This record gives sequence, C-alpha cells and structure tokens, in this order.
Amino acid sequence: MKPDYACDGVYDEFFSATSQPRYPDLAHSLDIMTPGSLKKRQQTAEELLHERGITFAVYGHSDGNEKIWPFDVLPRVITSTDWEMMHSGLIQRIRALNLFLDDVYSDGKIMKDGVVPAELVFSAKTFRKQCMGFRPPQGVWTHITGTDLIRHTDGQIYVLEDNLRCPSGVSYVLANRDLMKFVLPEIFSGTSIAPVEEYPERLLQTLQQTAPSDVENDGPVCVLLTPGIYNSAYFEHCFLAQQMGIELVTGPDLVIDGGYVKMRTTHGLKRVDVIYRRIDDDFIDPLAFRADSALGVPGLMEVYRKGNVTIANAPGTGVADDKAVYAYVPRIIEYYLSEEAILPNVPTYLCSEPDSMKYVLEHLEELVVKPTNESGGYGILMGPMSTAAEREKTAAEVKANPRNFIAQPMLNLSTVPTIAGDDVRPRHVDLRPFILYGKEFYILPGGLTRVALKEGSMIVNSSQGGGSKDTWVLT
Amino acid sequence: MLSRVADCLFWMTRYLERAENIARFIHVTQSISLGDAHNPDGQWSSLIFANGDTKQYEELYRTYTRRNVLEFLIFNRQNPNSIMSSLLKARENARTIREVISVAMWESINRFYLRVREAEQHADEILKNPSQFLDRVKRSSHQMIGAMEATMSHGEAWNFAQMGRLLERADMTSRILDVKYFILLPKASQVGSTYDIVQWSALLESSSALLMYRKVYGRIEPKNVAEFLLLDRHFPRSVRYCIATTRASLHSIIQDSQHVMAHQPASEQNDPEYLLAQVDQQLSDLSIEDVIRQGLHQFVDDIQTKVSDIGQAIYHAYFELSPIQEQIQSQITESGASTQTQKQS
Repeated sequence: MKPDYACDGVYDEFFSATSQPRYPDLAHSLDIMTPGSLKKRQQTAEELLHERGITFAVYGHSDGNEKIWPFDVLPRVITSTDWEMMHSGLIQRIRALNLFLDDVYSDGKIMKDGVVPAELVFSAKTFRKQCMGFRPPQGVWTHITGTDLIRHTDGQIYVLEDNLRCPSGVSYVLANRDLMKFVLPEIFSGTSIAPVEEYPERLLQTLQQTAPSDVENDGPVCVLLTPGIYNSAYFEHCFLAQQMGIELVTGPDLVIDGGYVKMRTTHGLKRVDVIYRRIDDDFIDPLAFRADSALGVPGLMEVYRKGNVTIANAPGTGVADDKAVYAYVPRIIEYYLSEEAILPNVPTYLCSEPDSMKYVLEHLEELVVKPTNESGGYGILMGPMSTAAEREKTAAEVKANPRNFIAQPMLNLSTVPTIAGDDVRPRHVDLRPFILYGKEFYILPGGLTRVALKEGSMIVNSSQGGGSKDTWVLT
Repeated sequence: MLSRVADCLFWMTRYLERAENIARFIHVTQSISLGDAHNPDGQWSSLIFANGDTKQYEELYRTYTRRNVLEFLIFNRQNPNSIMSSLLKARENARTIREVISVAMWESINRFYLRVREAEQHADEILKNPSQFLDRVKRSSHQMIGAMEATMSHGEAWNFAQMGRLLERADMTSRILDVKYFILLPKASQVGSTYDIVQWSALLESSSALLMYRKVYGRIEPKNVAEFLLLDRHFPRSVRYCIATTRASLHSIIQDSQHVMAHQPASEQNDPEYLLAQVDQQLSDLSIEDVIRQGLHQFVDDIQTKVSDIGQAIYHAYFELSPIQEQIQSQITESGASTQTQKQS
C-alpha cells in the first residue's frame, strides 16, 4: 500500500488515525503484490464483467447502452464486532417497522397515542389507502429490505435510509464475491470471511414461507415480476430468478383467472402463489393504482386482498420509508419494542416542529434540506455548496409549508483504499445490507459497498461515477 | 414454461443460426467468384436474389458490387438479416431469458456479439478480406451450440431452442442449394467440366459438407450433391435431417406435456405436429430423381413455404399471447365473467 495514503479528517475503514492498518493480514497479502500486478487484476476483473454481461443500465434499446458497473478489487472489511452491532440493530429496526406498518393499516394506535402525527402518515405519497384493513401472510410487509448505512467521522454507524420497497443491488454482492475469488484468490488466504453465497436459497425460503396457506400440491409457486429488459436492474432480476430457479415474468405473462393469478405457459395457465415484484406499487395493477401502467397485472390487488397471492414486498410499505416518517423511527422502535434504537438515525430536524424549524432556518449553510415526499434527490438543498439565493428560496418554501421539509447535517462518509490509476487512494463508501424477513430474519453478511470513484466525491450512485467493492465480514 | 420465454428461445437460436448461414453464403460466393474474372460482381447479385433480399438491398444501394453486398450482409443494421442485426436480436432474446439458459450459453452468445461489434470498428478491413471474420462467426456459432448441448438440460426449453435452429437451418440449406441454380444454370454447357466441379465443391464446403459427401458418394455429381444436401438422413445440415430432428423435438415437448398446447390448433393445417410429419414423410419417400423431375428450384421453394408454415403453426400453438389477452380485457370490462382459458380459434 502506498505510504502517502492520507485520509485527514475522515474515518478510514482500513487505516487507523495513526495510519496503521486495521487488518494486518490483509495488508500483508496486498503489500506483497506489486502495484502493476494489482492494476492487472483490476483490468482482468473489468474484462470479465464485460464478457459475463454484468450490466446495470439500458436507455433506449438495441445495444451500446448497457454499462458495466465499475468494480474495485480492494475489498471493504467489516469487523465481527461492528457486524454484530449492525446485525442486531437492523433486525430491531425492521421488526419495529413491520409492526408500524401493521398498525398504520389497521388501528393506527401509534397515531392515536400521539407518537407519530396521523397527518404526516396519511399525507405520505406512498401511503396506500387500498391496503387499509389488510394484513399480509405472517404479518410480513418487508420481505426484503436494503437499508443504507454510513460511517461518519466520529466512527459511528448511522442509518441514512430505509429502503423498504424494491431495494436493488444484491446481485452485485454475489457477483463481486465470485469475481474476487476468480481474480484475486491469494488475498483470501489467512482471512476468514462470512460467506454470501446462500442468499438466493434464503430468499426463496423467505418467499415460500410467506405464501398463502392454500397452495396446490407441489408447494408454493414463486415468480419474480420484472418491468422488463429495459429496466436498469434487469440483470439483477434475471440473476435472482435464475439462482432461485423460479420463472422471471413480465406483466403480460400473468393473468387473473378464477380468483387466482396465473401465468401463461406453453401448456396453458399455471397458478402463481408468491410474486416477488420488482415493480413499484404505482405500476403493479392499473385497476387499483395508475391506470396507464402497462407493466402490471389488471386485477392483481383484488386477488391479493382475498389472500390468494402473496406480493413481496407488500404494497403500501413505502409509507414507512418516507423521509419524515424516518425521523420518527427511533420513537417507533421505542413504542413497539420498548427498546432504544441500536443503530442511530442521522440527526433529523423536522421543520414541522417550531424549535427545529427555527434552528434549520438559522443554520441553512451547514445543513442538507430535503423535501419529505419527494424521491430521487429532487428539491434537495446542500447547504455548504449552496448560493445565498438558493438558501433564500428554500427558506421561503420551508416557512410556507414546514411539514414538507426535513433537514440533516452534512455527514462525511468513511473512506476505503481504492485503486485510482496507478495509485491506491481513499474513496468514500456507504453500505447497503440486505435483510430478509419470513418466518425469521436473515441478513446477508456485509452487503453492497458502493464507492464514489471520483476524488472527494460522496456520491456513490452508479449513474454518477460510483462503483462497488466486495464486502468482507470477518468471522 | 412461459410462452414468452419459449418464443425467445426459439428466436434466439434461429438468429444465431442465421448469422452462421449468412457467413456460409458469403463464403461459397467468395469461393465461386474468385477466379471468375469475366464477371467479378455477377455472383454477388445472385446471392441477394437467392436470399430474397432484393427489395431491401435496392433501397439501400444502387449497384451490386462485391463491397456493397458484403456490407449489406455483414454489418448493415438496416438489413434485418445481416450478421450484425441477427446477433443483436439473438443477444436481445438471450438477455430477455437469461435466467433460463445456462451461464455458459449466455457468455458464449455475449462474447459472440461483442466480437462482431468489435469487428464493426474495423469494417473496411474486414470487407476487403472477410474470410477470417467469417470463420470466426462460424466458430462462435458452433461454440454456442456446444455450450447448449453440454450445459443445458435437454428438456422443454432446449427443445424449443432446437426447433428454432433446425428450422432456420433447413431453410438456409435449401437456399444455399438455390444459389447454385442462380449461378450455374446459365452455364449448362459446362456441366461435368473442371470448372463445374470447383463450384460444386465450394458449395459443399460452404455447408461443411464436402468431406462428409465424399465419404458417401466419392466423386462429385450435381445430382448427388443435391441429394446429399436435401435428402441425406445423417448429415446435420441436410434439409431432411433438420426436419426429422425438429419433429423429434416437437414430439418430445408434446409427450412431456401430455399433449396439452397453449392453444389447440383448429385444423391439421395449423397443427405443427401434422405439418412436420407431412414434410418429414415427403423427404424420406422422395428420391432425388423425383425432385429433379419436379424441378429443383420449385422443390426448394415449396420446402421454404412449408418451413414457414411450420414456424407459424408453432407460434400459434405455443407462443401467441393475444387471444387470452383479448379475453382478459373483456373479462375486466364485463367484470367477473368467467374466463375460458384455452382459446379455440
């Protein structure tokens, strides 16, 4: 590793504050490799990604627009102590959020008790009145969750976002591990790492466990519903369906017949019991939600509400990952479980609370202000990089409609050594663990580490110069 | 399996086979035209005629030069049957059903596609001397066939893929034979001359058939060449072999499904099983003398029509989605009326 590797003022996952490697065995395996050899392995990895067609995005059609997702061969390491903490923190959080969803769509006790304001919940764009009074099989709403975690300069791990709808990225975790074993087998020596390979098996088990009770003789038939070949996560949909050995279906492959969902096969119609959908609520049923959706199955929600098919994740889960509701998650955990949250939230100021609003307006230059009901980064003010005019505009909006805004301090993402040309440099990372919830919980050890490949950048998104790394949980 | 998936499998292999056969077409024309200094571009126009692409070609080019024809057949994306277009479509189908085919198959198709795209970058060079590139196309196709044979379960999905490939091959072998007619018929006086033998050898070679032919017949006789390519029982590119093997694949699909099709054909003329049995029978009963009496060109034409009918019948029986779709739509509007799922058209 390069001696001039400097990570001032940021928590580095590999080097301690005194520049000592936190994982001496791994540091040794890497040290004995020449820089040229490492770079060569990096190139081999990229060639393999091309040949294997591990791609993430397609715009328009035919060819040329699928991109490989850059992969960095230097792994991100997580100690078993840190992992145990994250593991129990995530289970606690998901358990509480499922109880919250059960409550929101039935009695609404938490709102009656004044812990979460009812108007906040009902005004969320992702609240689905079509789900009121319905409880999914086993009370499981979020079969698959991909929570985004970050580590700040203080060394503390925070929850940045709960992704409770269709989180993606798990296929890269599996592909990355496979790729690592192929191109850099020697760095595994002397290190004991939790395996990730059983995820597809566990996912299938989770889907089967939450099937409706009256399935036909051969056990539940599960399918994966994809928007199709032009969706940016299509590779993942194929990959997971293939790994689980289930059918990958599109909306037009499914029909409603005799009160059940059926798929059209070469031998006629066949009943489907569990749909792992990778399509948003809005699009799954044009009769219940957006009428212009051609991706979904007309009549699906009616079959769902009769209990004749399981949809994973359940429709309506989005209300629990609304940005304003997010601020209440520590209180939600306390309310249902009488426990303190193990994983802290990023401190969040709800502008609907007068003291908080006052603070936000006085500190706009330091804060990130986000609209609660928007997604995809729309309408965000990044205080430290903003102009006075932008701040004025946001201040006016916040004052006009305080309930629509939250604010958070800018957090510094931790860094991990990453190959940059001929050198190894610190680059910022986040972490997305994947949590399965059926009869019990299973968390894929580690998760997806996304890395911002540009120097100083904290944007890890694949569309904006982000890449990924293999993630090692030491055992 | 899903109708949509079966459809994709069928076309995936069909397009791959098409790419390989276009390479073969070009190869035979190249061999025949080299050494024919009197009419250097003549062979190339007949290649377009035999392929039935005249209209498409003439919209894009004014003259039949070697370079134009090669570009049209290899790289032109506006020609839906070019090697490039075939590869694009084969890969798109493969990508759509990536979860159904084996990893080895996907990787071999993806690599095949990447190679052709890479070649596109050096199109000028390749158009000057396409031999090496064409060889690579054939090899890549064989590699994919090998991967499919060795790594995919020989069940329903495999059988649909087999049918796509073999029907395409039956069609293309018959067309390659037809090329001979366009090229050599005007020179009837040369039958039996050395020149003629060179050309017939090239024809056989283009189907990788020369050595296999020699084992059966020894000397080259036009009649025997036609017999070999049309009626041989064992040669994997002969029309008869392709039809018989397609029939076997369909038979296996039907057996496995206890004779249930997504849409039961209304009549024998729409029944793929019946149509295949008919052609198979015809090819095993006929002698090459019968064929020649009938006229080779007419016979080949007839075979091509039948292959197309079989493809249509398979589509209606297994792949088509629209009939159920209509019923579902009407079910929605009539709210709750019971559906009949097997449409009898």
